[in-house]
Order: sequence, then C-alpha cells, then structure tokens
Amino acid sequence: MDFNQSADENLFDRARIIGKPHKRIDGALKVTGTAPYAYERNDVVENHLVGYPLGASIAKGRITRMDAAAARNAEGVAAVITALDIDELPRADSNVAKLFGGDLVEHYHQAIAVVVAETLEQARAATSLIEVEYEETPGEFDLDDAWKRLQDRDVINEVGDVDAAFERAEVSIDEIYHTASQSHAMMEPHASIADWCDGKHLTLWTSNQMIAWSKKALATTLELDEADIRLESPFVGGGFGGKLWLRADAVLAALGSRETGRPVKVALPRPFIFNNATHRSGTVQRLRIAANKDGRITAFDHSAISHTLPGGSGEDAVNQTRCFYAGENRRVAHHAIDMNLPEAADMRAPGEASGLAVLEIAMDEMAEKLGLDPVEFRILNDTQVNPEEPHKRYSDRHFVECLQKGSEAFGWRERNKVPGSRREGQWLIGQGVAGAYRGAITMDSGARVRLSQGKLVVETDMTDIGTGSYTIIAQTVAETMGVTMDEVEVRLGNSAYPVSSGSGGQFGAASSTAGVYAACLALQEEIGKRLSIESPRFENGRVVSGDQDLGLFEIEGEELVGEDTLHFGDFQDEIELGTFGAHFVEVAVNAYTGETRLRRMLSVCDAGRILNPITARSQVLGGMVMSIGAALSESLSIDTARGFFANHDLAGYEIAVHADIPEQEVIFLDTLDGASTPLKAKGVGELGICGGAAAVANAMYNATGIRLRDYPLTLDRMLDRLPAI
Amino acid sequence: MKAFSFERAIDAAQAAKRAFEMPGSKFIAGGTNLLDLMKHEIEVPPHLIDVTHIGLDEITATDDGGLRIGALVSNTALGADERIRRDYPVLSRALFAGASSQLRNKASTGGNLLQRTRCPYFFDPKMPCNKREPGAGCAALDEGADTRQLGVIGTSDHCIATHPSDMAVALRVLDAEVETIDPEGRTRRLTLDEFYLLPDDTPEVENALSPGEIITAVVLPAPVGGTQRYFKVRDRASYAFALVSVALIEQENGEGRVALGGVAPRPWRRDDADAELANGATAVMAKLLDGARPTPDNAYKLVLAERTLAALLAKE
Ligand SMILES: Cc1cc2nc3c(=O)[nH]c(=O)nc-3n(C[C@H](O)[C@H](O)[C@H](O)COP(=O)(O)OP(=O)(O)OC[C@H]3O[C@@H](n4cnc5c(N)ncnc54)[C@H](O)[C@@H]3O)c2cc1C
Ligand code: SF4
Repeated sequence: MDFNQSADENLFDRARIIGKPHKRIDGALKVTGTAPYAYERNDVVENHLVGYPLGASIAKGRITRMDAAAARNAEGVAAVITALDIDELPRADSNVAKLFGGDLVEHYHQAIAVVVAETLEQARAATSLIEVEYEETPGEFDLDDAWKRLQDRDVINEVGDVDAAFERAEVSIDEIYHTASQSHAMMEPHASIADWCDGKHLTLWTSNQMIAWSKKALATTLELDEADIRLESPFVGGGFGGKLWLRADAVLAALGSRETGRPVKVALPRPFIFNNATHRSGTVQRLRIAANKDGRITAFDHSAISHTLPGGSGEDAVNQTRCFYAGENRRVAHHAIDMNLPEAADMRAPGEASGLAVLEIAMDEMAEKLGLDPVEFRILNDTQVNPEEPHKRYSDRHFVECLQKGSEAFGWRERNKVPGSRREGQWLIGQGVAGAYRGAITMDSGARVRLSQGKLVVETDMTDIGTGSYTIIAQTVAETMGVTMDEVEVRLGNSAYPVSSGSGGQFGAASSTAGVYAACLALQEEIGKRLSIESPRFENGRVVSGDQDLGLFEIEGEELVGEDTLHFGDFQDEIELGTFGAHFVEVAVNAYTGETRLRRMLSVCDAGRILNPITARSQVLGGMVMSIGAALSESLSIDTARGFFANHDLAGYEIAVHADIPEQEVIFLDTLDGASTPLKAKGVGELGICGGAAAVANAMYNATGIRLRDYPLTLDRMLDRLPAI
Repeated sequence: MKAFSFERAIDAAQAAKRAFEMPGSKFIAGGTNLLDLMKHEIEVPPHLIDVTHIGLDEITATDDGGLRIGALVSNTALGADERIRRDYPVLSRALFAGASSQLRNKASTGGNLLQRTRCPYFFDPKMPCNKREPGAGCAALDEGADTRQLGVIGTSDHCIATHPSDMAVALRVLDAEVETIDPEGRTRRLTLDEFYLLPDDTPEVENALSPGEIITAVVLPAPVGGTQRYFKVRDRASYAFALVSVALIEQENGEGRVALGGVAPRPWRRDDADAELANGATAVMAKLLDGARPTPDNAYKLVLAERTLAALLAKE
C-alpha cells in the first residue's frame, strides 16, 4: 500500500480501540518472568555452551602475541577463539568499529577473544588465563583539545547573512557548552544464543531492535547468505539505540557455535556495555543567538563537535537548530572528530537530546537578556514553516499550545521571577521551562495477518523493546478487523516475518501500526474474494456487505492471509513532520552543598494521535527520567590518557534512581497528523528526553542565579558561586 | 572468578583457626562486596569460609553502658535497632544512607567495615593498581585519570583511594572499637584509627588484622547524647557513594565531634579539629583537612566538606 497523500477522515477517527488505554498484552509474561528473553531461551535451545568475551586492555595499537594454551586446557573449556586465529571479519555498513578478528585494536574492550565452556564460571575464569601482548600507539581522547585545535568547521548549511545579522543585532548571546558522553545503560545487556553448528545455517536468538538490518549485517560479517540466517528477538529488555546494530555478543556466539558444533550463548558483561558497545558521544557546542529588542530572533549560529571512530558520524547536536524556531539568518556546523574511544552511535534522540540540552539553555539566556518571560519568548519565535526552507510547512505543529497548556497546568505564572530569591530552609527553589522537538520519521513497514482458527494472527519483524509494540499492534488489528483485543495474537521480532520499520528513531510505533493496517486491508480483500462480496465492512466480529452478514471466524476453507508493506510516499519530503513538547521543572538546590533534587516535572506533548495513552505515557516518562539523568548525573568519564570510560559499571555511571524522580506528569495534546500515517500518529518514544535536561538547568538558574552550561550539572561546578556560608 | 573451595564455620574461633590453616582464604558474610570482586578476579581466594552460621548476630548491652554489635548483625537490623536509633542516631542515619535496602539486608557489620574501595581503577583488573597488585603503579595518579571520587587526605604517592563505608564514619565519630579473635584464640580491641591503616607505600595493607584474625564485634561506648546527624552528599538522591559525608555530634554547649567520609582511606577525624567546633565549620576544616593533597578534579571536596559541616551547624 502506498501512502501518497495525507489521510482523510477514516475509521481511526471513529476508533473503539485505537487511542484508548489498554494495558500491555504482554504484561503478565513480564511480571511472571516468563517472557522469553534471548539469554534464557532454554525453551528452544538444548545442550548449549556458554561463551565469555575478553576485551582489549589498550585503546589503540596492535596485538603482537596471544597465548591461549592455558585457557584451552582449563576445566570445562570447549574452545577458545582469539582475534589472531582469524582474519578481521568484514564490517557491515552499520558497524564502524570492527567486531572481531585480526591484530588491530581500535578501542578499549574491543573483543579480542571468546572462551566457550560448559558453564559461565568456567568460561569467565579461563579468559583471564589468556596472555596478550600489545604494541600501543598514541590516540586522541580529549574533545576539548580537539575543539581548541579545530579551525575548519564543516558548515552544514547557511541561510541568509548570519555575520551581518550579528553585527546589526540589538541583543545577542555567544556561549560555549558541553554535554557528556552517555551510555544506554539498558537493563538487559546485549545477549545472543547462536546455533551455527553446521557452519551453514545460522539461527540467532538475540536482543535486537532491527531484525532486517542485523540479519544483513550478520550476512556481511560472517559471509553468509541472508537466506541461511534466522533471527529471533521477540523481547528486548531495553535498547535506547544501543541494540540497533549487530554487536559482538552475536558474532562471538556464532563463531563459538561453529567451532564447537553446539549452540553457544554470550551476554556482554556489564563493563562491556560501556566500552565495547556503543554510546552517545559528548559534545562541545558554541551557540550564538541574535534578536531584535522586541524579542524576535534574527539569527542562529550553532556549531558543535563530537567524537567518533574514523568513519562514524558522532552526535550531530545542531540539527534541531535548523528548524525549531523562526529567524531569517541561520548557520549550523557539526564536525565529527576522529578519536580512539569506543564507537559513538545513536542513543535515544541522537543529536536532539544533546542539541536541545544546549539550545534550550541558550533560549533561556536570551529571554532573560531581553527581559521576556521564557515561555513568551518561545511563543514569539514559533514557526509554522521550516525557516531554512519556508515553502515547507509543518504538517501539524502545536508547540505554542504545549507551552500554554503546560504553563497553566504547572502554575508557571506564579513562579518567582528573580533568580536565587526563593528559599525554603536550606534549599533554593527554582522553576524552569524548555521546548522539545523531535523529528517524526516514518519508515516503510510490512506485516502479515492470518485468519486462523478463531483468531487473527499478526506477524511482523517489528520489535517490542519495552515500548508496547505488542499492544498497539493488537489494537490496530482489532480496530481494523472489527474484533476484540483477545481475538488477536501478535508475533514479533522474527526474521521469518515481513520486514518492518523496526524500533528506533521514534519511528516504530507510527510506522509499524501503519504497516499492520495495510496488511489488514490486504486480508480484508482476500476475505472479500473468498466470500465473493464487494467492499465488506468489518464490525463486531462480523463481515457485513449488503444483506450478507457472517461471523469473521466462521469463514470456511483454507487459512486466509493478507500481507502488505506500507510505503511512505515522497510527498512527506515536501512537508515538515515533527513532534513537539514543553517541559516544566521545579528543582531544589541545596544552598550549602549544591546538590540538586528534582521536585516535579511536567511534560506536554504534541505527537499526533496517541495510539495508547498508557504505553505512550510510559515512553514519555522514561524519556523524562533519562533527561534528569543527563542533566544531573550521567556522564561517561573519559580517562584522557588511557582512552576509555573509567566508570564502566552501574555504581559508577549514575542513571537517575527512584529518589531522583519524585513527581512526573505527562499531558498529551489531542492532535492528529494525517500527513504522517493512516492512523495519523507520530512517535513519542524520544520526545520525552528532548529538552528536559535544559529545563533542569534553567530551573537551577532560577533557583540559584548560577548559569551552568556544562553537563552534567554537578555541584562541583557551582560550589564557588553558591551563597557564602 | 577462580574456582575455590568452601566451608562453613561453626564459631568465630574455629573460623579464625581455619583461615590461618588455609593461606589466602577469605571469610564470606553477606557476600555483597566479596562476590563482586571475585567475579572480576580482583579477589581470588582459593578458599572461602562462610561465617554466617557463627552466631554473633545480636546486639547486647555492655557492662559500661554501651552496646556490643555482633559482626554478623545486618546493616538493616543495626540501623533499625531501637537502642541504636535512640542512643546512637548518627549510626542509624549513616547506615540508611548507604547502598540499597536489598544490599543492607545482606550486608554484615564486619563485612561493611572491610568493604574495599570504589576507586574505578581498582575495579578494572586491566589497570595498574598498587592496591590490587603491589608495585604495579597507580592508574589514578597518572595524567588524564578520573579522580573526581577519590581521596584528598591521608592518601599517599602510591594510592589515593577512599574507604567507601558510611557506617564506619558514624562508628568513628562514636569512638567505637573493633573486637577480634585470632587463630590462637586471643581477643583484642582496636580503635578505628588503629584498625584502618593509611596507604603509605603499602596500599594493599588496609587494616591491622593479622592472618586469620576475624572481627567478632563492634563495641560502642556508653551513649554521648547530643544532636547527632549524618549528611551524605552525592550526585543522585540515593544509591550512590558519598562525594563527601559528615558525621556530627553536637552538644548543647557547642562542643562536639566531627568525622568525614568520602575524603580519605579511612573515616577521617582529628581531636584538634573537634576542639574547633564552637568556632564554626571553617575553623574545624582548617584543622581536619590540614595537609590535604587533592587532585584538580577533586579539590572541590575541600570546599564541599566545609560547606556540608556548615549546613549541619546552621540553625535553619
Ligand atoms: C551497588 C552497591 C552500592 C553500595 N553502596 C554503599 C554505600 O552507599 N555506602 C556504604 O557504606 N556501602 C555501600 N555498599 C557496600 C556495602 O555496604 C558492602 O558491600 C557490605 O557492607 C559488605 O558486607 P558483606 O557482609 O556483604 O561483606 P562480604 O562481601 O561478605 O565481605 C566483605 C569483606 O569483609 C570480610 N569479612 C566479612 N566478615 C568478616 C568478619 N567477621 N571478620 C573479618 N572479615 C570479614 C570478607 O572476607 C571480605 O573481604 C554498596 C555495595 C554495592 C554492591
Ligand atoms: S588510587 Fe589506589 S586503588 Fe586506585 S588505582 Fe591507585 S592504587 Fe589502586
């Protein structure tokens, strides 16, 4: 099915099930511990061995010698495969760092061996018996150094005359900001069981967001035909972008299985999540904004750098600055610096999370300089067109309503306007606001729906990474086919099923439900043919046409199957599709110690039709929590001489815990975006993390009068500016 | 984790004797620290002696009006004990500021005292660390290292790690003593300053225990009254080790005692600093942190310690 123009009024506008709060249909499996996660697929895999990886202990250089004799002789060990035993495996397009093989070391904790043994304990113990010698070469690890050196910043785009606009500017700011490198730190580590016993057919039970991409990457890496690979990833214990790619767990498990002729499972040990897998790069950003005295922005000039291994793209923090606010003159530049840290790649709202963390502080600074309320200042500079390409209109943008509704619900008007002047005991209290923007990408998505033995079975390689895909897909089928939720069975995350959008870039929910809708229509057509009826209606479990009225599950004959892929048409390139939001935050900052504690946070979101308010709310809440972590504590600390992330466990890398998020609220605007999908829905999975950190920074400024521009906003950055004791 | 043998001791004297007979062996209580370290092969004991069945899980009154806390009393039970909460509130507060409830349920009094540092380089077996491997060097002292959490005083050119326990800071301010029994059956009592050794050029030697010697109890002297508080400063609101912590006992006449956590290889207290309490936080810290040698990344701890004490002393 082609989606070539905006959706008109359709069945979803009269929805019974879509848009209603349904509990997760897979909830019981999760709370009873019976959801089949990759590492525990004892239901399908017998007689497996366990693999444990060894990571490189240098950041850059070559391995000159490896001696695995002792490991091979250790108790229970079935095989040891070292990087020197095999040539470097071909890299898939989606992999920047190499995954295994050869003597080259590109980053700390790169996998350089796997030990396969009867038990985890045996495999783990034997890895430390492997002797490794290296020839180290110096590397680049310090982004600030790179920033100082950097002369030629790649200008991505310039519109108007930015330099002239700054010369003429009545009010302007020009500041430098830092965001920290961050880890996805998902609960479930990367984990896989591989069965490649015959060296030809590979079955991989894994934890991955993108089945088709990873199958392709596996084929390249292991030099196999895609037809000989099967991937299953029905449940994923969090991904946040860290599981978009094929990673070392899958490759090592496969190699181990081929070597031993038995299935092998490998989970990345927790420290590997930080230094072996991918992360979000830190950034250094310079942001200039110019405005007239009346508060209208005349120019933006935003440049940023981030780090990447050679060949990667880093964290593009300037993208949202191109389109979020009005202003005739604008210039953005992003430079990805080659550095020898582990692979930087996508993490929840790649680019926007870091970019808005900075842009939205700068907007607060401008508002203050202009003497305007930060909410009013943002409203004044709203745009309904992409300011770089004004012929492109936003399909549906209600950013102003987000700000207004949020102000109302939060009580923004009553806030204290003089920074540093509201005190409760030892605590300084402040409130802050920030805007949120995240693109609304759509991706072609396929599905198959089968009318089978009293139920509708939907199959798609779409994944559920904790987001609620199972539930919204069941809702889509139930709505379209006129049945109840429990008459629908959803099967996901299997490469035997039609290729979907997968989960990433907050495109999954909108795209995959559209694909399922297309498959339902295909099935309806098959049913019409079987019954020889014209344009049947599907209502209350019945197929109705003219005076025909038959129970859907009473149709006789062979199983009926509808399969289709929804293709999103080019018309979407000529409009701007986005999601919008506003965050309101209240913090308390200890006047003595500088400890900052969130008191409450409200986010108002405009993201088209909300397919399921329960699961959507969870997504936004999760994004908000991550933005609190990003604001206050999350930071991969780089050892700038040795070149690795030193705090590589969950005690040292501090994500927000319950005590950090005492009160959160989400409001969804009742909006529809027909240009996005037939369901008029857009994603919300990443909107919550966009801008939230800046709302905290702005609230801290309001509390203390101290402007922090470097994340995380820890107390050591402001102790010298807190009230005297 | 290396393979190890395992036995269960029936009483403290026997445990000490067995530990002496099995060189390199370790006692295991709650296992919340030792097990993690064994998984990373930071600790590689060939033999474990389980001490969870040796009794010593009660808090009893001493003749001089204090309390004797068995080495196997859990952190949860200790923090919740009515006598502790009434007469030694700083200890209860310190305990509940530490770790998480699941961990506190398992963690023992003896194990808590002997938990190892959280220096990130100590925790990464691939990094040079004098504490893990004497003579290997100290990655934390090398250029470019991450030292934000590490120590500012009592450290040495060989190690700048801190002792991470909250409980021990409160015990220090309460003048508690550690009671032990050795393989010969001899018992002794050590103050915390006697018990914890500074790193100097042997950072691997962290305490005064002799081979096989086991902690049987912690003894609290009679209650000293006063207002007792524990202020733990950290980046997130819970489940984090202290950047700096302050245990304070303040008497009505302005006298009192102060101990610091998060800054040194042991709970940090000095009599001459206590004597300055009536003169305010700055005066106390001038003495208490005299001789500090911070890194550029952790110099903030000096300011923070002073401000944290000021927060406790402020009447607001
Ligand atoms: C994620 C995490 C967060 C934490 N956060 C904090 C925190 O914020 N504050 C804090 O203070 N602590 C914190 N802890 C540490 C925790 O308090 C300790 O792990 C715990 O107290 C250790 O007690 P245990 O009984 O489990 O010791 P074990 O792990 O069993 O043993 C620790 C050591 O003590 C030795 N030992 C045990 N008993 C005796 C004895 N009777 N005599 C001689 N030696 C003995 C063992 O041989 C071993 O060397 C945290 C731990 C974790 C894992
Ligand atoms: S500071 Fe101490 S514990 Fe840390 S690396 Fe140096 S020697 Fe090891």
